[in-house]
Amino acid sequence: MKVVKKIALVLLIVFVGIQFIPTSRNQSDTVPSTDFMRVNKVPENIQKKLEGSCYDCHSNNTQYPWYNKIQPVAWLLEDHIKEGKAELNFNEWDDLSNRRKNSKLKSIISQIEDGEMPLSSYTLIHGDAIFSDTEKQEIIKWMTQLKDSL
Amino acid sequence: MMKNLKMSIAAMLMLTISFTNAQEKEKMKMDHSKMDHGKMMHKKGDAKTEAILSDYFSLKNALVADETKKAALAGTKLVASFKAFDAGSYSKEQQEELADIIEDATEHAEHIAKSELGHQREHFKTLSKDVTDLVAITGTKNTLYEQFCPMYEGGSTWLSTSNEVKNPYYGSKMVTCGKVQKEINN
Repeated sequence: MKVVKKIALVLLIVFVGIQFIPTSRNQSDTVPSTDFMRVNKVPENIQKKLEGSCYDCHSNNTQYPWYNKIQPVAWLLEDHIKEGKAELNFNEWDDLSNRRKNSKLKSIISQIEDGEMPLSSYTLIHGDAIFSDTEKQEIIKWMTQLKDSL
Repeated sequence: MMKNLKMSIAAMLMLTISFTNAQEKEKMKMDHSKMDHGKMMHKKGDAKTEAILSDYFSLKNALVADETKKAALAGTKLVASFKAFDAGSYSKEQQEELADIIEDATEHAEHIAKSELGHQREHFKTLSKDVTDLVAITGTKNTLYEQFCPMYEGGSTWLSTSNEVKNPYYGSKMVTCGKVQKEINN
């Protein structure tokens, strides 16, 4: 019993302690002129879906729910965002050449088609980020048109 | 005596003229060969381009044989070969184009290094376009054949060193599907 109490106490101290370690926040007030939504005519429903399901990890601005400010969740999230933005940043869309846009769109289409994106660890908490079959079809169709128009 | 002198002067003059002329011609010839040489350097590819192509062809052959692991390995090698590519001797415009091609191609090669067969083939399609565009700028020592399969993803091309069709998009399922679309001979 004593041992259990001691372990619990140590864990509590560690938990409180790590809250003081700063993490960088992915937040920005401005949407740059290179943003995907600003350079493409995106239908409203698709825009909403992309912003709600993708922009948290694929743009310069994450909507943080309260529990994402608590460690170690915040660390996990920080890593995902870093990786996500390196792969694709919707805010910097128009910085890409047509060759790069074509490749990114191909990846977007293929990932949504196969249900690899949004990540299941993300939709576990963000239930509304899941794409329904109809939404999938709509987005894939629209993204394919955009790719063919490059 | 006077006549002789005149003749000698005339002969000397003629000689001088023809000598300068020959020199001029020689210079022009040299200029020409210099130009040709420069052109050749760009049009015949270099060791770094050939290294990229060699990795690309091992990747293609692995896909023809449905061998995921070999394809992944070739993908890893390609990433290194793209990194080693040196665009220093090209014009500024070409350098920009080459940098864009290599950035894109590297991403596809990276994905091929860690994906299953179906995805490897998807990435191979865009990679093939990148490598074709690269060779259009750099040139290569060997004759290449651009081949075309109308069935895979609305029509897809790839490069081969042989004019015999072996389809990397379908492998053993439909290995002879396709045709030679173009001979690349630079």
